[in-house]
Amino acid sequence: MSGVGTGDTTAVRTHPHRARAAVVTGALAVLLGVLVLLGLALGDYPLGSLDVLRVLVGAGGDDFASTIVLQWRLPRVLAAVAIGAALAVAGALFQSITRNPLGSPDIVGFTTGAYTGVLVAMTLVPGFVGGFAGTATAALVGGLLTAAAVLLLSYQRGVQGFRLIVVGIAASAMLQAVNTYLLMRAQTEVAMTAAAWGAGSLDLVGWAQAAPATALFAVLGVGVVLASPLLRQLELGDDFAAAHGVPVEPARLGILGVGVALTAVATATAGPIAFVALSAPQVAKRLVRGAGLPLVASALTGAVLLTGADLVAQHALPVALPVGIVTIVLGGVYLLALLVGGARARR
Amino acid sequence: MAGVTRAHVRTRRGRWGVLAVAAVVLLVAVVASLAVGSRPVPPAGVWAALTGGDVPAADAAAVVGLRLPRTVLGLLVGAALAVAGAVIQSLTRNPLADPGILGVTAGSGFAVAMSIAVLGVSTPAGYVWFALGGAFLATVAVYLVGTLGRARVDVAQMLLGGMALTAVLAGIVSAIRLTDPEDFSALLVWEAGSFQARGWDVIVPVLPFALVGLAAAPLLGPALNALALGDDVASSLGTPVVATRLGCVAVIAVLAGSATALAGPIAFVGLMIPHAARWVTGPDQRWVLGLSAVLGPVLLLVSDVVARVILWPGEVPVGIVTAFLGAPVLVVLVRHRRMVGQ
Repeated sequence: MSGVGTGDTTAVRTHPHRARAAVVTGALAVLLGVLVLLGLALGDYPLGSLDVLRVLVGAGGDDFASTIVLQWRLPRVLAAVAIGAALAVAGALFQSITRNPLGSPDIVGFTTGAYTGVLVAMTLVPGFVGGFAGTATAALVGGLLTAAAVLLLSYQRGVQGFRLIVVGIAASAMLQAVNTYLLMRAQTEVAMTAAAWGAGSLDLVGWAQAAPATALFAVLGVGVVLASPLLRQLELGDDFAAAHGVPVEPARLGILGVGVALTAVATATAGPIAFVALSAPQVAKRLVRGAGLPLVASALTGAVLLTGADLVAQHALPVALPVGIVTIVLGGVYLLALLVGGARARR
Repeated sequence: MAGVTRAHVRTRRGRWGVLAVAAVVLLVAVVASLAVGSRPVPPAGVWAALTGGDVPAADAAAVVGLRLPRTVLGLLVGAALAVAGAVIQSLTRNPLADPGILGVTAGSGFAVAMSIAVLGVSTPAGYVWFALGGAFLATVAVYLVGTLGRARVDVAQMLLGGMALTAVLAGIVSAIRLTDPEDFSALLVWEAGSFQARGWDVIVPVLPFALVGLAAAPLLGPALNALALGDDVASSLGTPVVATRLGCVAVIAVLAGSATALAGPIAFVGLMIPHAARWVTGPDQRWVLGLSAVLGPVLLLVSDVVARVILWPGEVPVGIVTAFLGAPVLVVLVRHRRMVGQ
């Protein structure tokens, strides 16, 4: 009897969290599906959701509709989903490692650094062949160098959250100045291309960008899955992780490296998109209400945020805006709310 | 003096000497600002042009018509931002404070951009009021975010609040500009601070506000010295604590607002200069304010000269140069534990 009783209480104790996480994840997935359908259906040539579904499963529909959906709208929507998820996971990795909700790649300057890398390659490297591979490499180099510089500069007997954030703010400010300078000294055509995604935009994304980006995200996703047990151990404290045989410093550097790579590929595809990495993991954490940052729910939240923001950017205003402007305004408001709310909680 | 952090000049005569040296440096910066540009004029030519001597008409036009108002702009904006920075660092007890980093100038620029885009205000005399109002609201907002719920100011909290505020407001301004890039090209100034194409028509209506702010700031000096000892000590010394705080907010709003009305949001001047001044003169606010008012214009004029030559014969916004110079200073300050105290 007593054994059954204990079993029951354990089940009751763990069950609500698991159930909540499952319900939240399911709801986010459904919401994402709806947004994806909307993204495929809306536009200058509106389609019914049934038409879209028919094209997607390959069951007819006219050729024109299938061209619009598969060639024009699908790469953009797919990129929004993948980039949103990638940025959110990168944010969760960073926030987890720095143990600070504000230690995300956009705040500490890596996103700006990745953009700087692309601009340097475009405007200063002679014979730079654009294309996705070149752009992604340049963004990765820029992001990694910025990451290394920010971490080194904020290192004083360990990396402390406060110093990391302030050094990151300084690095962003300086790199933004460099970016503006590079754009102004560039040839007009180069500057136009570079500035087009300077605010973070999905306007120029076709299959040529969306396909390799999604493939890279998938590879990095495997890395994230492999790293997640280490991440959970590190979340419990360095000593705990070390006692369980985790090589603490290499694990931490490896996880940060995956985070930087995710950010760099996202930036190479769509330009610097601010505040998704910051807000998505925190929103997901509040929705799931578990301990630690939920990676799957974060990825779904990020995908929902970016897909939704791109719909707003394309259709909500009389003129289409870069999606980066929508995320910067929404994310900035969210950051302010986080700061005010956090201050209240600590009172 | 390398590595010496307490290099303060303590004697009165020494401090006046420092001020005199700073004034000479400022004079050099003014001459450079008048002489350097896509049409270089030698210093003798500058003097002749200013005194109505015999110089080629193009030189005279460049010096008197273009660079003189620009230099006055640099003097006003530099002094206003540096003094506003000294006051905001003292008010918020945050050594990393700056009207640009904390979003005060972004609030000001946002209000101006909205008045232009939504209300159709087109003259500087009309939008200067919006610049002051926006700066005032942003100062109050950032102060509240940084002090909410605790006795001590949280430096990181305040910086992030300013960053978020700047991001949101700048995002909205660029969204408005992108909806109609041609009609709203005037809004570009409110995204990155610039001295380009800002002449007497902008300076004259804003000048009285900047001068009132610069004149009022030194009056706060003794009260700020008392407040540095803590609120309790200050009030037992007879300093009106609340009135001083309100005065600080008003001075910051007037100075940062008029600087923004003149040149758009420019960051880091208000961060760097008060630290340089404090490093030389020590913590006495009266001297920090005075020396900041002289060194601020030096930094901004030199930055503007750099902005003019770095893309010769074109130029970049001066706010880019101050950000590039100022960001490393922020890193140095945050690595210096004693200055930040966290």
